[in-house]
Amino acid sequence: MTGITRRSFLGRSSAGIAATATLPALTAGPQEKAAAQQSGPAPRTRIELTVNGESHALEVEDRWTLVEVLRDHLELTGTRVGCDRGECGACTVLLDGKNIYACSYLAVWADGKAVETVEGLARNGVLDPLQQAFIEHDAPQCGFCTSGQLMSAKALLNEGAEVTEQSVREALVGNICRCSNFLNYQAAVLAASRGA
Amino acid sequence: MKAFANLSPATLAEAVELLGAARANGEIAYPAGGGSDLLGMVKDELVAAPDSIVDLKRIPGLDSIRVSDSGTAIGGLVTVDTLAGDEGIRLRYPVLAEAAAAVGTPQLKNTGTIAGNVCQRPWCWYFRQGFDCLKRGGDQCYSVIGENQQHAIFGGGPSFIVHPSDTANALVALDAEFQVAGPNGERRVPASEFFVLPRDNLQRENVLDADELLVGISLPASQAGRNGAYRKVMDREAWTHAVVSVALTLDMDGDVCRDACIVLGGVAPIPWRVSAAEDVLHGQGITAELAQQAADTALEGAQPLAKNGYKVTMARALVRRSVLEVSGTA
Ligand SMILES: Cc1cc2nc3c(=O)[nH]c(=O)nc-3n(C[C@H](O)[C@H](O)[C@H](O)COP(=O)(O)OP(=O)(O)OC[C@H]3O[C@@H](n4cnc5c(N)ncnc54)[C@H](O)[C@@H]3O)c2cc1C
Ligand code: SF4
Ligand code: FES
Ligand code: FES
Repeated sequence: MTGITRRSFLGRSSAGIAATATLPALTAGPQEKAAAQQSGPAPRTRIELTVNGESHALEVEDRWTLVEVLRDHLELTGTRVGCDRGECGACTVLLDGKNIYACSYLAVWADGKAVETVEGLARNGVLDPLQQAFIEHDAPQCGFCTSGQLMSAKALLNEGAEVTEQSVREALVGNICRCSNFLNYQAAVLAASRGA
Repeated sequence: MKAFANLSPATLAEAVELLGAARANGEIAYPAGGGSDLLGMVKDELVAAPDSIVDLKRIPGLDSIRVSDSGTAIGGLVTVDTLAGDEGIRLRYPVLAEAAAAVGTPQLKNTGTIAGNVCQRPWCWYFRQGFDCLKRGGDQCYSVIGENQQHAIFGGGPSFIVHPSDTANALVALDAEFQVAGPNGERRVPASEFFVLPRDNLQRENVLDADELLVGISLPASQAGRNGAYRKVMDREAWTHAVVSVALTLDMDGDVCRDACIVLGGVAPIPWRVSAAEDVLHGQGITAELAQQAADTALEGAQPLAKNGYKVTMARALVRRSVLEVSGTA
């Protein structure tokens, strides 16, 4: 191939052309949209997303999940897809500050909302204290679940309540680690919460 | 997922209209709360591919909780997380706060709505694996002679699902009333009449029609002295539905039980209220013997399948323990 990666190709063929696309679904109300759906192309909607503080105007197919848009169209591949069913936690991101499964949420539903992904944790080349603690505690093994673990931990610390061993366990319960490194993840989050 | 249109009605009337119009046109439209159950079903093609999904999240006014001395109103779009953390609910209706807290994971609770939780489809593993069983219009229930460890011991037949919602059990225990919006306006349905057995309707788990929505839940005033709890047994500590559970409320006058409500979860296709066991407690001083007697009564008439007899023993122990704990006798 000539320098076009699969990813950039996907990006170009979908969200990349959003600015020039003029599909009827764009501005149609629910009623017209329902009618349009019967025959034409996959319905699309223009949305605005703030991702890691940066705002994006893009056109998405209504059926795209949030994680599809993040990974395939915004090239933020730190967020993983494991099960695509709300059963593993690899796709965890923050939506208006709360952790959710981005595989089980449509991108159109996030219109006007703020999304935070693992890529937004480090600031100006400085790792988030959680990331630093993850390294120090050897939390990631294969690393597949790590970004999800980080985002659930971030949601916990964002709450500002006192962090205990029990609250860390409860906060991370929706993130499976197939390498089973749960205890190191817990220790890392606890340490980060104490500024250690 | 196959292509569909996401419709975002701005009012309840418009939402009902969209569902009705789809139905009239022979199209498939599903309402979405958090979508955590719905999208999984659509991805796995466990339900007919939708032409549209009607997103209820942009409708204003459905996401608030109002607690007062005369009763409580919970909007259908309140998230399970908000419900679990609400101070008023925790104080006055602990059984509901605990049931909400027992749902899935933080991520599921943050998006899942109370209406969606109550209306979630069955989690029978045959159904979720795409078997063409009775529920899906096929001609047999695979659980009858198959792997029925998780299935019903009460009220089963011809399908043996257990109702998956934790909050539903608590809402029945609290005598909640469900507000339903449809093409002919609003109707109110007591929680005890909302859920339906497979023998009455195989295709749906509740009384809602395809163009009706669960829009709110009202709870009667909470009486002083009434305590409650939700106890859930799982095959792991979280992120899974109840093997068995109990939603219990007790109105105590000292050691004496003035009134009790006991609803079993994980045992039947609907939240399973055991009135005969409640009667054992009424007007009596709670003792270990009485709690045992109530527990025995609660499980009378259970009809386990080949591989779920353990649920009888487990539910009995759970009822006994919960009665003792909630009455403060333990
Ligand atoms: C891995 C996993 C584990 C889970 N564990 C538990 C658990 O332990 N306990 C538990 O209770 N639940 C559990 N759930 C279910 C989860 O809690 C529900 O998916 C969630 O609460 C449903 O809420 P929702 O708003 O996302 O529903 P949605 O997915 O939006 O809707 C669910 C269903 O109800 C319909 N619906 C939605 N809103 C309305 C409405 N207002 N009126 C009429 N119909 C409506 C939809 O069309 C759909 O069929 C689990 C789910 C998963 C994926
Ligand atoms: S219990 Fe119900 S859902 Fe499960 S296989 Fe039988 S008919 Fe299907
Ligand atoms: S990919 Fe979303 S929970 Fe597994
Ligand atoms: S580090 Fe491998 S899955 Fe968690």
